[in-house]
Amino acid sequence: MSEIRLETQALSRRFGALMALQEIDFQLAAGARHALIGPNGAGKTTFVNVLTGVLPPTHGRVLLAGRDITETAQAERVKLGIARTFQINRLFRGLSVLENVCIAVAERVGVARSMFYPTGWHTDVIDESMSLLQTLKLAEAASHRVSELPYGRQRLVELAIAIGLKPEILLLDEPAAGVPSAESHIILDAIERLPEHIAVLIIEHDMDVVFRFAKRVTVMVGGAVFAEGTPKEIESNPMVREVYLGQGAQWTGHA
Amino acid sequence: MNTALSSAGAASLAGPGENPAVRALRRRHHFRWWEALPWILALAYYFAFPDYLSFGADLLIATLFALSLDLALGYAGIVTLGHAAFFGAGAYTVGMLAYYEVWNEPITSLILGASSAAAVGCLSGLVLLRTSGITLLMLTLCTMALLEQAANMGHAYTGGFDGLPSLTIAPVFGIFEFNPLYANTQFLFSLGVLFSCFIFVRSLVYSPFGQSLTGIRENALRMHAVGSPVRRRLVLCYTISAALAGVAGGLWAQTNAYVNLSALDLDRAATVLIVLILGGYGRLYGAFIGAVVYLALEHFLAQLYPTAWQLGLGLLLVAISLFARNGILGLGEALWRRYRAERKSP
Repeated sequence: MSEIRLETQALSRRFGALMALQEIDFQLAAGARHALIGPNGAGKTTFVNVLTGVLPPTHGRVLLAGRDITETAQAERVKLGIARTFQINRLFRGLSVLENVCIAVAERVGVARSMFYPTGWHTDVIDESMSLLQTLKLAEAASHRVSELPYGRQRLVELAIAIGLKPEILLLDEPAAGVPSAESHIILDAIERLPEHIAVLIIEHDMDVVFRFAKRVTVMVGGAVFAEGTPKEIESNPMVREVYLGQGAQWTGHA
Repeated sequence: MNTALSSAGAASLAGPGENPAVRALRRRHHFRWWEALPWILALAYYFAFPDYLSFGADLLIATLFALSLDLALGYAGIVTLGHAAFFGAGAYTVGMLAYYEVWNEPITSLILGASSAAAVGCLSGLVLLRTSGITLLMLTLCTMALLEQAANMGHAYTGGFDGLPSLTIAPVFGIFEFNPLYANTQFLFSLGVLFSCFIFVRSLVYSPFGQSLTGIRENALRMHAVGSPVRRRLVLCYTISAALAGVAGGLWAQTNAYVNLSALDLDRAATVLIVLILGGYGRLYGAFIGAVVYLALEHFLAQLYPTAWQLGLGLLLVAISLFARNGILGLGEALWRRYRAERKSP
């Protein structure tokens, strides 16, 4: 197994009486393609929120390449290479697609605090953002306002902003959620084309996607890790099947 | 929509530099021909209405004040009802320095006024900008009320309710007499100050810093997630905005040759908000149009209906908020875009 990029030790988060996360020990390897699955309310998004620093854990630790970042602020973690997308779009809706990506790139490059040198002269930022949009096949829409785009395209902008941060670790919270299935392949193609060195954790409900994309799968139930293994192991695990079949979901399973 | 998409698609084949979005972003900060209009009109006003120059100076000061609010409200999305706190801080700094004959050189006085307003903005911003929405609105209002009461109770120094009358301001550059009898000097001085501040604000909003403020306005949560130090940016923006409001307040004290509590009251804070919403916020020139329309309405409606002129203003505001959420300037932009679209596809 290759080097561990992101690790949690006994990570817990409580909301009042609800234990949203219980003693989670989790490891994300460099270049991983790791899927996080589980029924609704299992704590998957809470887990991502604690990893990115949106929520502090009740106890436990988050380690980035062995360094304790449990107390590190969200924006600092981004600088350390952790980026995420959101389950519900969080975009700069009134701005153009190009500007959405430029904002992220400018923050990463460190020019965003520059006050008297016009944005238009930072051609490196603009060109990088534009070529990113081209690889995501969004170039044609670059001048459109995000709010004018169809939902599937908006999900792609959501992904573009995160990729523009050039992360080491990318956390994708249901990247294709709410996208009509005719369009979802655009997003999945984009995810499959991500640079190999990036460690990717993807929360996903669609089992076809999970088995097509992931090399490792973690199943969460009720805030705890229920099972972990390769897609084959998870698929053949009778307890996991029970949890999912109990939910009425279907395995189509072609790992 | 379809035609726009296909033409953009054809352009993108020619390489990233040719994409219309890239071109637009690279040229966004370029000066357009019509941007000279406000300044030409201001100079034309100077020659056309020599008897109304003190009204003209009021107009320029209102514009500057609204411009400072635009930076905080229109660009960074900081909802505030207490912007007169900074106007007052600038006005009282300039006023007290002049009244007690400590310092009355007009330009450096304005810089001192801006500094004290910036200090108030920075200190209050560090606390207030941890909140947002209605909480922030109420806290900005409270800050202003506290300052107003401080100015009221410190009457030994501030003149309390009566304020500080008959300030003497030194001549501009040591040459041009500066008092209400020389309205032409006051007008041109105010115009110069407004122009300098405008160039400053304009370069700020077209910089990456300005773009990050827009990002915070559009989605603060996402800005955290792209690694932006959101609170630091907001405090910085609020401080700069406060400094500019302080310049406006200082200029107001200088041109009127007095300061009183009206510099700090809710009426002034509400008026600047109305001016900005009338003109259109987040658009740089909304402050200009709003100030002209508001002061002209106040002037002419008050002559026509001295008792009920605010009714006309109220009706206009209702119309603006119902039919033109982006103000007069936003309405103009929408009409212009429709005109261009119709001309393109006959």
